[in-house]
Amino acid sequence: MSSSSSQSFFALCLRSRSFMVGGSITAFLLLCALISLFWTPGEVYGISIATRFLPVSAQHWLGTDQFGRDILSLLMAGTQNSITVGVVAVSIGLFAGVGLGLLASARRGWTEELIMRFSDFSFAFPAILSAIMITAILGPGGVNSIIAIGIYNVPVFARLTRGSANAIWTREYVMAARASGKGKFRITIEHILPNILSILIVQATIQFAIAILAEAALSYLGLGTQPPHPSWGRMLNEAQTLMFFQPMQAVYPGGAIALAVFGLNLLGDGLRDVLDPRLSRKR
Amino acid sequence: MALLDVENLDVSLSTAMGPARAVRGLNISLEKGETLGIVGESGCGKSMTALALMGLLPDNGTTEGTISLQGEDLLLKSEKEMCKIRGNRMAMIFQEPMTSLNPVHTVGRQIMEPLRLHRGLSKSEAFKETIGLMERVGIPNPSERVHNYPHQLSGGQRQRVMIALALSCSPDILIADEPTTALDVTIQDQILELIQNLVDEEGMALILISHDLGVIAENTEKVAVMYGGAVVESGPTDQIFGNLAHPYTQGLFAAMPKLGMGRNGRLTTIPGTVPDLINLPAGCTFTDRCPLATDECGTTAPSISTVEAGHKVTCHHIDQAINGRGEGLYK
Repeated sequence: MSSSSSQSFFALCLRSRSFMVGGSITAFLLLCALISLFWTPGEVYGISIATRFLPVSAQHWLGTDQFGRDILSLLMAGTQNSITVGVVAVSIGLFAGVGLGLLASARRGWTEELIMRFSDFSFAFPAILSAIMITAILGPGGVNSIIAIGIYNVPVFARLTRGSANAIWTREYVMAARASGKGKFRITIEHILPNILSILIVQATIQFAIAILAEAALSYLGLGTQPPHPSWGRMLNEAQTLMFFQPMQAVYPGGAIALAVFGLNLLGDGLRDVLDPRLSRKR
Repeated sequence: MALLDVENLDVSLSTAMGPARAVRGLNISLEKGETLGIVGESGCGKSMTALALMGLLPDNGTTEGTISLQGEDLLLKSEKEMCKIRGNRMAMIFQEPMTSLNPVHTVGRQIMEPLRLHRGLSKSEAFKETIGLMERVGIPNPSERVHNYPHQLSGGQRQRVMIALALSCSPDILIADEPTTALDVTIQDQILELIQNLVDEEGMALILISHDLGVIAENTEKVAVMYGGAVVESGPTDQIFGNLAHPYTQGLFAAMPKLGMGRNGRLTTIPGTVPDLINLPAGCTFTDRCPLATDECGTTAPSISTVEAGHKVTCHHIDQAINGRGEGLYK
């Protein structure tokens, strides 16, 4: 039985074009990050002024930057950074946000009121602004920018979880579960969470893309990853002053950011088609 | 001491328009092994009564009165204590077998859960017991079915699963809220027979809620007819069906389609609709729809009078109602 359902799951995956394209792009980025852990075509941390602004060649596929570092290597190493930020920030948001959302939905009353008003309050600030605020308090740096983006993710997940969980709580099978003597905690774990999981997974991929974008923005502003660690946002920042005589310096990291966000968003859309066919038909 | 004693139970739901009095002054007494039918049309408080008994009212519901199970007042119990009673000493079967099972878990797992929760069985013991239960409720091939998801079973089979689930801990009281309404007629009979047999075997008390008088007549010993949140007629099933007294009960009876009525015959109906539970009329709640209503009905609430031993009716004009039964109160 389980084999037939997993077969149809894969069949659905293969049939969804956005899942396939988004999935391939994401897999490609993951691969780049993985490879860069062991090997990059050129130096990432070494500065060599003699080889600065080298054009595209067999040795430097995308040329070198103002410090003579291989751009392709920087981009690959930057993937690591973006993925780390995405994973950690989304995890923070998932654990805290989903926990709070489930709590609000199970307890209702003033607990729900408190959690939801608090998340409304944090929603009032634009994402980047609140991230800047948090890094201003904690100080700039890679870890702090991750925390800032993670905190921004908490109310997003809290709100989504609470809304979808509330809908599940009214279902008859939840009533039946209560009638068989299960407490709210058990029902939350056994009945509510599995039924909202697909919605959360889809949202997580979208938040992942947003996190990458936010990290790039923070690094661009100098609040995120600090030199010499490679980051797409910082590469953009450094390329800004060279826009007029070395425009490609900005195009490469910009393209990488766009590709990652595009791929993850497509993957999110595809996952929604696959995991929740009812939602995709409505669109 | 009766197994279940409900005294003066009031249920009200707070709404934006004010409190809706879903159940008023309900009295029920149930002995071990007894079967009670609760009958009435939609919105008369049947399901709210069941939920109140289980302590599962919606958040905006409040209860007054007493519900005592073997002398313990359930309304005074904490949620934690109620969790130990639900599914263990009192179990419930719901109307919609299609939606009463969680789509993401196998049916076997769902039957196993209360066994492990209340009886503390190990996984393998619970699994064995589950297969036994599924066999008992007449699911063919239980050792394979146990791994099925709800969507792989038919409506009748799902209701059998729900019964197995309710039965798993041998409760003292089984509450069945319209257990067959969503099923087709042939399956209805099978399910009711199954419930009846299991209740007999286990010596459980049964509260069967239905809007179908036929179902109630065939499956219960006692019956309570509810209207507008209150019981208007109650007593032994034989006596009530042999001697319909309350105009509302007569109306319900007259409204049943009968065989041989002909295609062009019109169904008899009770005119009007159920009362607004937020603004209940001062006197008898059935006044607006009653063919025998007088000024007195609109102003003073009728008291309970006894027609025969155990057969109680709440009406101002019982004699007139019984006398008028021959030619029918509703035309």
